[in-house]
Amino acid sequence: MIQEQQWLLSLGTFLPLAGVLVMLFIPKKDEATAKGVALLTAIATLGVGIYTLVKFDYDQSEKLQFFTTNKWISPIKATYTIGLDGISLPLYILSMLITVLVMIYSWNHVPEPGNAKAFFILMLVLQTGMAGTFIAQDLILFFVFFEVVLLPMYFMIGVWGGENRQYASLKFFLYTMFGSALMLVAFIAMFIITKNNAADPEAANFSFQWFNENGPDVARNTSIWIFGGMFVGFAVKVPMFPFHTWLPDAHTQAPTQGSVILAAILLKLGTYGFVRIAIPFLPQAAKTWAPIIAVLAVIGIIYGALGCLAQTDMKRLIAFSSVAHMGFVMLGISTLTPLGINAALFGMVAHGLITGMLFFVAGSVKERYHTLEIKRLSGMLKQVPHLGWIMGFCAMASLGLPGLAGFWGEFPAILASWNPAQILTDPSMGNHEMLYRVLTVIASFGTVLAAGYLLWLYQRTAFGEPTGEFSGHGDDDHGHPDHGNTDIHDVNVFEWVAWTPLLVAILVFGVVPSLMFDVMDPAVQQLTSVFGK
Amino acid sequence: MIAFSSPIVDYHALAPELVLAAGLCLVLLVDLFVPDHRRWITGTISGFVLLGALLPIVTLAVWGDDVRDAIGGPGISGRYVVDNFALVLKALFLLAGYVVVLLSTHEMDEKSGYQGEYYVLLLSSVLGMVMMASSRDLISVFVALEFLSIPAYMMAAWKKRDRKSNEAGVKYYLLGVFASAVMLYGMSLLYGIAGSTQLTEIGKAVTLDGDKVGIQVLGVVFVIVGFAFKVSAVPFHTWAPDTYEGAPTPVTAFLSVASKAAGFVGLMIMVYLAFPLARDVYRPFMWVLAALTMTIGNLVALKQKNLVRMLAYSSVSQGGFILMALAMAYTNGSEESSLRAVIVYLIIYAATNLGAFAVIIAVARRTRSAEIASYGGLFTYAPGLTVMMTIFLASLAGIPPLGGWYAKFGAFRAAVDAGGGWGYSIAIIGAANAVVATAYYITVMREMWMKPVPENADTSSVKVPASLQAALAICGVATLAFGVVPGIIAKVGAITDLTGAFGG
Repeated sequence: MIQEQQWLLSLGTFLPLAGVLVMLFIPKKDEATAKGVALLTAIATLGVGIYTLVKFDYDQSEKLQFFTTNKWISPIKATYTIGLDGISLPLYILSMLITVLVMIYSWNHVPEPGNAKAFFILMLVLQTGMAGTFIAQDLILFFVFFEVVLLPMYFMIGVWGGENRQYASLKFFLYTMFGSALMLVAFIAMFIITKNNAADPEAANFSFQWFNENGPDVARNTSIWIFGGMFVGFAVKVPMFPFHTWLPDAHTQAPTQGSVILAAILLKLGTYGFVRIAIPFLPQAAKTWAPIIAVLAVIGIIYGALGCLAQTDMKRLIAFSSVAHMGFVMLGISTLTPLGINAALFGMVAHGLITGMLFFVAGSVKERYHTLEIKRLSGMLKQVPHLGWIMGFCAMASLGLPGLAGFWGEFPAILASWNPAQILTDPSMGNHEMLYRVLTVIASFGTVLAAGYLLWLYQRTAFGEPTGEFSGHGDDDHGHPDHGNTDIHDVNVFEWVAWTPLLVAILVFGVVPSLMFDVMDPAVQQLTSVFGK
Repeated sequence: MIAFSSPIVDYHALAPELVLAAGLCLVLLVDLFVPDHRRWITGTISGFVLLGALLPIVTLAVWGDDVRDAIGGPGISGRYVVDNFALVLKALFLLAGYVVVLLSTHEMDEKSGYQGEYYVLLLSSVLGMVMMASSRDLISVFVALEFLSIPAYMMAAWKKRDRKSNEAGVKYYLLGVFASAVMLYGMSLLYGIAGSTQLTEIGKAVTLDGDKVGIQVLGVVFVIVGFAFKVSAVPFHTWAPDTYEGAPTPVTAFLSVASKAAGFVGLMIMVYLAFPLARDVYRPFMWVLAALTMTIGNLVALKQKNLVRMLAYSSVSQGGFILMALAMAYTNGSEESSLRAVIVYLIIYAATNLGAFAVIIAVARRTRSAEIASYGGLFTYAPGLTVMMTIFLASLAGIPPLGGWYAKFGAFRAAVDAGGGWGYSIAIIGAANAVVATAYYITVMREMWMKPVPENADTSSVKVPASLQAALAICGVATLAFGVVPGIIAKVGAITDLTGAFGG
């Protein structure tokens, strides 16, 4: 633990709330000021993030840095303990970056029914919840941050979403609540059991460190149950098959900004929970659960891909592709190997960048064409060439083209599943090698399907001639009444500013993946050391 | 035969009760002499009386001994005690009473009249609650319970010309006295067994062995049933929704928070002092009550179209969580965590629920309705109230970082701490119920944020009178603070000296 600049993470996490406080005093009518304050706050927060990035000691990225611990809820032994290591750093920064970009995009894209002030406040609150989850080093603190994101996202979908927004937001909310209730019981049970096992029960507390040291001693059968509670909580958030059904609805109905934040960060809270909490704290249970997770992950890959092929709505297709991509992430995690978990972490960031970008594109398509129905779209490359090319770039990245970021999440995950961790193949404990190898083959097939649905999507929407409906001389029967050819313009300035960093990041991390792997690897090595090899 | 010697009264320890008693006489007198249009002054005085009664509580907490007999002397000591447990809960009752006064000010002034009488009854009821927190004897428990209940029966029927309000009062009264009778019968059995009305003596006698086990079991069960009526635990909850809906809204707030809390305090005192050895009776009994209360309260709440009625069922279901913690007392050494859980739950729930009722009252001043549909589009014309209501509902649902999560956390912790089949099973039932509960809290949020404004609704901005603003501020700040820094409340709730419990 490196206890320098202990204020840094708290500042980065809570700065958005300061912005919210200021915004509360801005009258609702004065939208420009409200947006300005929000954007400035987000940029300042990102500034703190970049400073963190600079000050981070990359030679010791397995250690928690900027670590601090303070009293918080003494009677229940919960502390305000925060720190950042190589695993959380990329996600922490990503959350800040995404918030800024989403805000820039929102500048002239506040979805119906308006009220920019409330919309921007929600984004700032979300930012605090997301960043807080990644820095928390105490289980209760983690839980609180994990839940903070719930209501803002609920309102974002429910107020600013599409036609079915109320249904979708309720579904999102109830699924997540269900998961977190079980998760909380699991957390408490783990605490009480480790406390009763400990030589010195008074020393027990909710810090990650305590569970890292004492969690592995929980009796195997008990730990399997506790892991089960956490599994539900995290798996709903990821979402893993069969808990994924909220996702397509939520994504389809959410406003563009909500979809981007959901895809880029919120889904990662679940996978991060697996990597940071469930697996290291309960390694024995992880061993038992890993094959189950692997099977569900691969089902998710295939199911998500098949779901994509069946979609007629572009946004829904991207949502299903998220299920598939998160399947690769979970497959990587389920191998319990450094390679697999590195791949998973990389995949998390890559998916955040790429799918976030795809949702941006979908939002812009919707704004121009007032529809996302694939068969009504055509010839985007002719009509809006920049937008068409960007979409092509993202589709390539998403299907895992080498040289772009998506590749480094998928390929090593598949590779790792061929050789899962030793304890999973140990003959005396039940050899799962065969299972994993079968899964490897199926998962590879999933990448082919991914190429299939993405290229097919691209072919149908970008190639060919613009349909008569949108080319300016067709009839306007089923279109939006006030749209015409003039409405369909290419990428505008706000979009360029919001998108360029993501596009650059996708390319850079694709060409130089070691930028991220080097940061994560030491922490991952340390994490997986309990599993051998 | 002990010769009578006059009891030694500790006036400092009794000061809160004395202030209240003097205050209610004062309100009664003032009411006689002020003209009609200045009757509002009775409300103001009541508010000051309640705050005034808080002062001795502060001094007692700071300077007093940890435990003192308010009324001492041979044969009397240990029956009316002021300890930290009592102080914390007295403070809760007084503050809750104060917020209820704030909620009532405009309602009573504008609508019904009879303000003086109303506040006298309110103060009497609070006095009963304050007494309950100190009672450690069957007689004082019973007297306190009646003292707090009887004024409440009348308050429930306060809207004299309104049939629903009359129904509310009658239902509450009939079921209330029935419950009292059952409880009294149980108490008489307990007295018969122990030969003493002092709870700690009863605790020694009710051991569930020997030749009078049947009577002991009956005594314990009857007393619990009596309190189950008070805290509206299923299946003894049937009065609650009708009473809550019919009574004037401030009274509903009072009943669902303070009166309920007082019931739980009584139950807690009985379980910890009189039944510590009777776990095999109260644990399964209260386990079933808790499971039923949470589940049925929730399921019925899901279908409600009226917000007050929904909150009534929600308060039934919240009571289930408290029962869950209490049922696990004295299981694997979990008595401390369940005692804390109950106290913390009561405090947080009071702040949150009173806040929710404050919003209901503020909104009803405009819409004249508590139908959930009438909250459509509230966000567009009353964003402040909407945000407040969202905070309170989210807290009731137990979503961090609002107070409710810590209350639920404590309750789960008590259950898991007890462990074993009883503890884990009820914790799982509780977790499932916590999710179901969010469904109906969220329908209200959805109505406020996402639905259009009902037709013909007046959408000019809503004016909230100062007293309601104060109530909202108190409850809002408390709800937020309890959630973000639960340390403050946990410290208050970290009570290990419910005098006489834990073998002390």
